[in-house]
Amino acid sequence: MAFINMKNKEVQAKIVYYGPGRCGKTTNLEYIYQQFRERIPSEMVSIKTHGDRTLFFDFLPFDVGKIKGYSIRMQLYTVPGQIKYDATRRLVLKGVDAVVFVADSLTVQREQNLISLKNLQDNLAAHKKDIYHIPLIIQYNKRDLENQGIPVMSIEMMENDLNEKLKVPSIPASALKGNNVVVTLKKIISMTMASFQKGL
Amino acid sequence: MSPHDKSISLMEYALGQDQLDKIEKILLSELVASGVHCVLLIDFAGNIIAKGDNANSRIDVYSLAALSAANFGAVEAMAKIVGQEEFALLFHKGETESLYFSKVNEELLIITVFGKKISLGLLRMKVADVVDKIRRIWKTGS
Repeated sequence: MAFINMKNKEVQAKIVYYGPGRCGKTTNLEYIYQQFRERIPSEMVSIKTHGDRTLFFDFLPFDVGKIKGYSIRMQLYTVPGQIKYDATRRLVLKGVDAVVFVADSLTVQREQNLISLKNLQDNLAAHKKDIYHIPLIIQYNKRDLENQGIPVMSIEMMENDLNEKLKVPSIPASALKGNNVVVTLKKIISMTMASFQKGL
Repeated sequence: MSPHDKSISLMEYALGQDQLDKIEKILLSELVASGVHCVLLIDFAGNIIAKGDNANSRIDVYSLAALSAANFGAVEAMAKIVGQEEFALLFHKGETESLYFSKVNEELLIITVFGKKISLGLLRMKVADVVDKIRRIWKTGS
């Protein structure tokens, strides 16, 4: 449900970073915020618990520039990953245009990734959206841990687990180091814009 | 409505330029002229549909809209938990600036930022009047 204002030639779109608890959704946004401060008109908004976990969401408006004469503003959101905050996740997904699913590469998180992806599918369906039709990217985060002796899943294993049916673009990344964070963002923006093309 | 009209369009609703102009005019003449610092008409996804402010307002309206949509959604969910359809009065009082939220319909919400110049009672009456007018404009488009 992008918001296209033809009077002011402005497009507002909502991109949501989804995934299990502690997978690195907020870290993705924090990296983007550091890298593109000059394009971001306001402070990043984070609603956190005292333990620094996302309680409601993080919010980062991001000016992409002009496409076909329209100013494009992407509104980036994260959801709280912890299972108990499901009602909040559903609220944040209202009006979503595109999703980055951040999967945790840690072997111990294998099941959490699956639960969260299924939860995404259900919550999109609650808003009458189909996970097979919405612009979606899977980001395999924490790849930097591979070299540190911490057990991580192979990309093939994660593809099998999460992307066998979806067949959406997937990107290995490290949000903490910044590897492929911007690549992920650019890709999801271009997919979002492609899905709007008809509307403009 | 043709897609080439100067309008706002979404999958779920559409407002023409004429309707938008009318709404912005009402926000300015009925609320900003009465001393409201800033007023936003937003949808429940957090998008700003229309806004009006006095020239002195330096508010981060995009963050305010995102947070208000989420806050309103959360409060509505709380109302349901205690068996209410909704809470009639949503008001946050600050020392110099206060916020008042009012639901227009299933899609839209008005957020008013105001100071000490205008009382809550008068503001509520004015906002109720504006909500009524926006609903009528909305109907002409749907």
